[in-house]
Amino acid sequence: MKKMTGAQIILECLEREGVKHIFGYPGGAVIDLYDELTRRPNLKHFLVRHEQAAVHAADGYARASSKVGVALVTSGPGATNTVTGIASAYMDSIPIVVLTGQVPTALIGNDAFQEVDIVGITRPCTKHNYLVTDINKLAHTIHEAFHIARSGRPGPVLVDLPKNIQQASIVPKFPGEIKIKSYNPTYHANPRQVRRALDLILQAKQPLLYTGGGIVLSDASEELLKFADALQIPVTSTLMGLGGFDGTHSLWMGMLGMHGTYRANMAVSHCDVLIAVGARFDDRVTGKLEEFAPHAKIIHIDIDPSSISKNVVVDIPIVGDCRDTLKQLNNLLLDKPARDWASLREPWLDTIANWEKEHPLSYAWSDTVIKPQFVVEKLWEVTQGEAFITTEVGQNQMWAAQFYKFKKPRRLMTSGGLGAMGYGFPAAMGVQVAHPDAIVIDIAGDGSILMNIQELTTVVENNLPVKIAILNNAYLGMVRQWQQLLYEKRYSATSLAAQPDFVKVAEAFGAVGLRATKPEEVEPVIREALNTPRPVVMDFRVEPEECVMPMVPAGKAMHEMLLA
Amino acid sequence: MEPRHTISVWVDNIPGVLSRVTGLFSGRGFNIESLCVAETMDPEVSRITLVSTGDEQITEQIIKQLHKLINVIKVVDLSELDHVEREMALVRVKAEDRSRAEVLRIADIFRCRVVDVSPNTYTLEITGNHEKIRAVLDLLKVHGILEEVRTGTLAIQRAKKE
Repeated sequence: MKKMTGAQIILECLEREGVKHIFGYPGGAVIDLYDELTRRPNLKHFLVRHEQAAVHAADGYARASSKVGVALVTSGPGATNTVTGIASAYMDSIPIVVLTGQVPTALIGNDAFQEVDIVGITRPCTKHNYLVTDINKLAHTIHEAFHIARSGRPGPVLVDLPKNIQQASIVPKFPGEIKIKSYNPTYHANPRQVRRALDLILQAKQPLLYTGGGIVLSDASEELLKFADALQIPVTSTLMGLGGFDGTHSLWMGMLGMHGTYRANMAVSHCDVLIAVGARFDDRVTGKLEEFAPHAKIIHIDIDPSSISKNVVVDIPIVGDCRDTLKQLNNLLLDKPARDWASLREPWLDTIANWEKEHPLSYAWSDTVIKPQFVVEKLWEVTQGEAFITTEVGQNQMWAAQFYKFKKPRRLMTSGGLGAMGYGFPAAMGVQVAHPDAIVIDIAGDGSILMNIQELTTVVENNLPVKIAILNNAYLGMVRQWQQLLYEKRYSATSLAAQPDFVKVAEAFGAVGLRATKPEEVEPVIREALNTPRPVVMDFRVEPEECVMPMVPAGKAMHEMLLA
Repeated sequence: MEPRHTISVWVDNIPGVLSRVTGLFSGRGFNIESLCVAETMDPEVSRITLVSTGDEQITEQIIKQLHKLINVIKVVDLSELDHVEREMALVRVKAEDRSRAEVLRIADIFRCRVVDVSPNTYTLEITGNHEKIRAVLDLLKVHGILEEVRTGTLAIQRAKKE
């Protein structure tokens, strides 16, 4: 093999990892990498207009495609701008690799121009990170970064690349299979624990499956459906788990938690065995911890041991991959005597059906004002639940979660753990790159969309026909909702009445802008947007003071829901 | 008081690993009472001994979170095992006239070593567990401690008996 520069080695490693798309923004410390990119036609680079968007795009790309997303930025401000995106990917366990330029090794620590200790800054929000100081370790480090990002509980990995390392030359050695002695995730759960769990489940009268992002990340949907169906166990999920179970299935309870359905939260409060799969008992899910699932024995399946018994002490902990473990459960079930689960489960399912009758997910219809929930319902109807949906954060996110009944996994991309406004649009870009022919819609708010609106340039330039549906209530809606309900309507800094004309904004960027101000205009606008093979911004002027209901106020128990 | 745990952590001996460990403790609000690090016989591995306080659930989280760090090779909670703990302190004590003999006597009783002598001070090396060192320091305080420096706790599991 002949000599290669560091920049060549890095891009060679990316190609060996199967990378086809990179989201990035150049600068002095990565100019050698960008120069080398001109000689790599198989690596398509998308020039974002802010580094945060590069990371969100890589994140959306990773979620939608099951591949590792890649972002490439320069040192200093380029690197610090990625932090929100990295933290979001970390909270949601999304596999991405972020490559940052760094000043030459001789200048590190000198407060050089555009120098920042990005490895130090991102240490608590990456699964792992590296500063490469020896070109002999470069190839191995890049491959190790991909290995760590995608294996076990996935997550973001950052590699900091000093400029002189990119410029140096060696005869590289590319590693084969990566093995790290101190890192061996447990995929196959202890069969004894799985048997114990199944015995408990078979004895349960009112079992409930509570699933999370782990179902989506481990591609466990089929096994989950098989298991739930076989034993007629109702399923609720976290925001991150939506689409992991068919949202139109009769065993589907809807999302649980702060803005979960009445029946899902009541089911948690009354179940006798709770089977948590790939979920982590987040505070937005549990509400008041002491009163969460008070009557239930809890089984917790997760690939990350530190997720187990972190917030809630569980009765049967199972460390393992969600799909593998559900498969084990399904296999064990084959050896059990057949029972008529449908009729055995009838009383429990009837109870749940009654809760649903008492308080279904609903909203007050208006003939004159567009209800935001109606927009999401129409989006679902027109796309038949098949679109890739990204969301921003806040009310738009919760309405998307409640009213877009996701049928398949990897169809919802949302900043669940971090709750980063400005996530949805760049993530949608990433999804569209992964699926050029699919319908990709960012369900946005008028606040969030302004946090990365500059990316309209990127989608126009690359002809990515992303659709943005702004639920425009001229408020920072979710915070206003809390002020409305819990702070006696003192709307402190939540009015967004001063806002741009979003139709003109779209047009100024070279995209298409549409607006709906009356309910009857909603469907035509959606249809027109979907029939336009270009990026489209839809400005839906919705009811300004609509609230997301039901709502469990922070710190309250699940059964203490506000219903309307 | 919450139980004290002495935890041994084997880590890759590369730059930045200590800050990953301490960052984990500060970021998640875990306590560190003391910390010792040094290379092991294998120069690629360092061993950290740290002492933390917390109930069972917190200690379980600490151990799981340490395991999760890529550079952490092995974690053992020595508090659950039969083990020996040692700390060391170097203390410069005023030793003039009458107290000169008394300081030496204390040093002798507690098997301290005199590592430096001046006309009016002794510098003592004390080793022992946390409680012993505290006891010696309390006794020496009466005579006037001019300077003291202490290590954290080191700990090792006792050999298994047949």
